[in-house]
Amino acid sequence: MVIDCKHVWEHISGYLDNDLAPEILEQVQKHLDHCEICSAILDSTRNILILTADERVFELPLGYSERLHARLDAEISRLGSGA
Amino acid sequence: MKTVIPGERNETQTIASILAGNTQEFHELIRPYERGVYVMALSMLKNKADAEDVAQEAFLKAFRNLHGFRAESKFSTWLLSITLNEARNRLRHRNAIRIESLDAPPDEQEHVTPALLRDWREIPSQTLERLEVRRMLQQAISTLPLIYREVLLLRDVEELTIFESAQALGITETTVKVRLHRARLMLQRKLAPQLKQIDPKRRWFSWL
Repeated sequence: MVIDCKHVWEHISGYLDNDLAPEILEQVQKHLDHCEICSAILDSTRNILILTADERVFELPLGYSERLHARLDAEISRLGSGA
Repeated sequence: MKTVIPGERNETQTIASILAGNTQEFHELIRPYERGVYVMALSMLKNKADAEDVAQEAFLKAFRNLHGFRAESKFSTWLLSITLNEARNRLRHRNAIRIESLDAPPDEQEHVTPALLRDWREIPSQTLERLEVRRMLQQAISTLPLIYREVLLLRDVEELTIFESAQALGITETTVKVRLHRARLMLQRKLAPQLKQIDPKRRWFSWL
């Protein structure tokens, strides 16, 4: 069965997660092999997700870890002393 | 058959040890998750001070409730679900609730049309050295409706599995997949045209 672009878009996420049923995967793959638009959509989505997962996108505030552990310390000793 | 991954076994042992009274070990237990918890909180609250506060609250809550942790989920998943709840509570207590409803999902049935391109040249991750690129990504994520942002963060930033994301959110795996798909296409639609303008060869030092 031949599927159109719109149909393929519905499976972009499943394709990236390697979560498509074999028969769907085959149809999608066949379409991707000759459709440059859908291939570009797939590649750009994959690339964008790689960039999104990069640690540099979100910076931790300066001193975050120190403040967190200081607060934990206070809580741990408070509970430890049975207060 | 259950495969025991060394790191995982250590975590279980550390938790048992903390519960047995070695409470100081909690510091070590959470170190690998400091970043993930903060990023999750930040993405939901869109405010650094609130995010740090919520991250601290989530870790404190995890410490106080550690005895209630059941090994049927991973510690990281459990921790992120506490973070989600803390962040949602904060949102409820804030005026933001008037702007962004937690309950009414924005037209979940409608199809998302991706940005149509004829070719895509990969944007190398070195471009993230540039503030404009980081801002672009942060901005695109922050404008996703909350239910899509949550699921994208869990799956694509925190790198939980579909199953773990469903556990953390208390929704079905099918719902996770549907929302994830929409979230990813929304990001592509927003970012692909912007990123295409980025010149990957432009150097950090303009005189080079």
